[in-house]
Amino acid sequence: MQNSFYREIVNDHNLRPAHKHDLPGANMELRGVNPSCGDDITLFLYIEDGIIKDGAFTGDGCAISQASADMMLDLIIGKKKEEALHLSELFLRMIKGSVSESELDELEEAGALIDISHMPARVKCAVLGWHTMESLIDPKLIESEA
Amino acid sequence: MNWNDVRKDFPLLVSDPSLCYLDSSATAQKPCCVLDAMRKYYEESNANPLRGLYDLSQAATDAYEDSREAVRSFINAKSTKEIIFTRNASESLNLAAFCLTERLCPGDEIAITIMEHHSDLIPWQMTAKRSGALLRFIECDEEGLITDEAFDAAVGEKTKIVAMTQVSNVLGVRNDIKKFAEKAHKLGALFVCDGAQSVPHFRVDVQALGVDFLAFSGHKMCGPMGIGVLYGREKLLEEMPPFLTGGEMIEYVTREGATWAELPHKFEAGTVNAGGAVGLAAAIDYYNKIGRENIEAREQYLGNIAFEALKSVPHLNLLGPREASLHNGIFTFTIDGVHPHDIAEIMNADRICIRAGHHCAQPLMKFLNTPSTARVSLMFYNTEEEILRLEESLKTVRGRMGYAE
Repeated sequence: MQNSFYREIVNDHNLRPAHKHDLPGANMELRGVNPSCGDDITLFLYIEDGIIKDGAFTGDGCAISQASADMMLDLIIGKKKEEALHLSELFLRMIKGSVSESELDELEEAGALIDISHMPARVKCAVLGWHTMESLIDPKLIESEA
Repeated sequence: MNWNDVRKDFPLLVSDPSLCYLDSSATAQKPCCVLDAMRKYYEESNANPLRGLYDLSQAATDAYEDSREAVRSFINAKSTKEIIFTRNASESLNLAAFCLTERLCPGDEIAITIMEHHSDLIPWQMTAKRSGALLRFIECDEEGLITDEAFDAAVGEKTKIVAMTQVSNVLGVRNDIKKFAEKAHKLGALFVCDGAQSVPHFRVDVQALGVDFLAFSGHKMCGPMGIGVLYGREKLLEEMPPFLTGGEMIEYVTREGATWAELPHKFEAGTVNAGGAVGLAAAIDYYNKIGRENIEAREQYLGNIAFEALKSVPHLNLLGPREASLHNGIFTFTIDGVHPHDIAEIMNADRICIRAGHHCAQPLMKFLNTPSTARVSLMFYNTEEEILRLEESLKTVRGRMGYAE
């Protein structure tokens, strides 16, 4: 991975995450784990009237898993649940390598992780936070996964 | 021995000189002679072995059985009846564990070490569940060494089977198999040895070690993927039921039942991997040509350099023995503040192939109190320059991850 923009963004969010802390007022909480590599996060959300009013995460893992969760929270805090799920769909599509330029803009900094689409081994790390968020706010997904 | 010439035997390494392959414990690269032997087999001798009555099938059978003799001689087994071809060490260990189940009763014990690869752990968990036996763990110290006291604490009168790796795929430590096999036998237990990380690197003599079973893979010793070996003492293999059943492992079959073919065919159901066996035999020839003592000395030499190189990297924590000679070319480490997957990604950007993760040894990782680590592993075809490149690249990792130093 030679892309210095990608490296910079990942390093910044990994070393100085804005949202990596406990969230005592959270009304939703879910743990997400990648057993094969040890990425292990717990995502906290405070949702009121269908809007994600606040969010945070704790845990350990590689730089991509931690940075991706942090960037996700940057994006979804203040948004409606539906908007968050829409962004998640975009992000997952970006990682699979099929997203348009304008869609990429919607993802803001998280768009830097488009380079992961060339690194199949790191996909799990990048999507951990997003999958955890989807499972948390969309009960249908939890049912279908179970 | 001109090691630069040896390296030229490996097409993948020659065709891509900028690649630095330091993951041979996962799988070794293949020399021309192995690839040529397999091609020659398929071009000149291919038919279904052990079945046909025509000359070509006999040629395939001979190629396959000659390979078995090459393996027998390589590990000094008494008879080719004791050499079972499998897919890999994992299948060999599954075979042993599954087929030894009926020797166990509830209350019996199986003892394995905490440093076993999942391949030498899960089969025994399953066997314990099937038989009602208890699975016990032989602990190691923080450098990975197993003391007599640790062995005696887990192995006793109730122990029926001891399974132990000869070299740890994580820590590189070499267990004293001869001593522990002797101790197990004194208690009436069988001894199963995982040779996946030892047979490719130094001389392993099953009779001198006194093991009852030895498992290893062809692909880790420059042979092809998909061929492995289980050595077992003839008497034990005779007593064991078959593992997989089907074609070519039977003597007579009626509507109601079957009798089994003679060893070793009893354990080789279905069409065998003759091309793979031929490739493995070519790898054995290659090892013998270079000289096994030369290979061991070369890897020890490279290991000493790698040990010093890794120790010179700031913030790098090397796991396992504190002495270079005890590492057997396997070096597992962490770097402060950097996840091992990120280390491997940065190494990859510099075209250096290393392993990162739990190395299929999660209980050991838990014991070492780290979810994952990075690992460098060496083979005789590696070079001093590659180790220097590794060192220089590792020294840049923290900076590239955004740390000031």
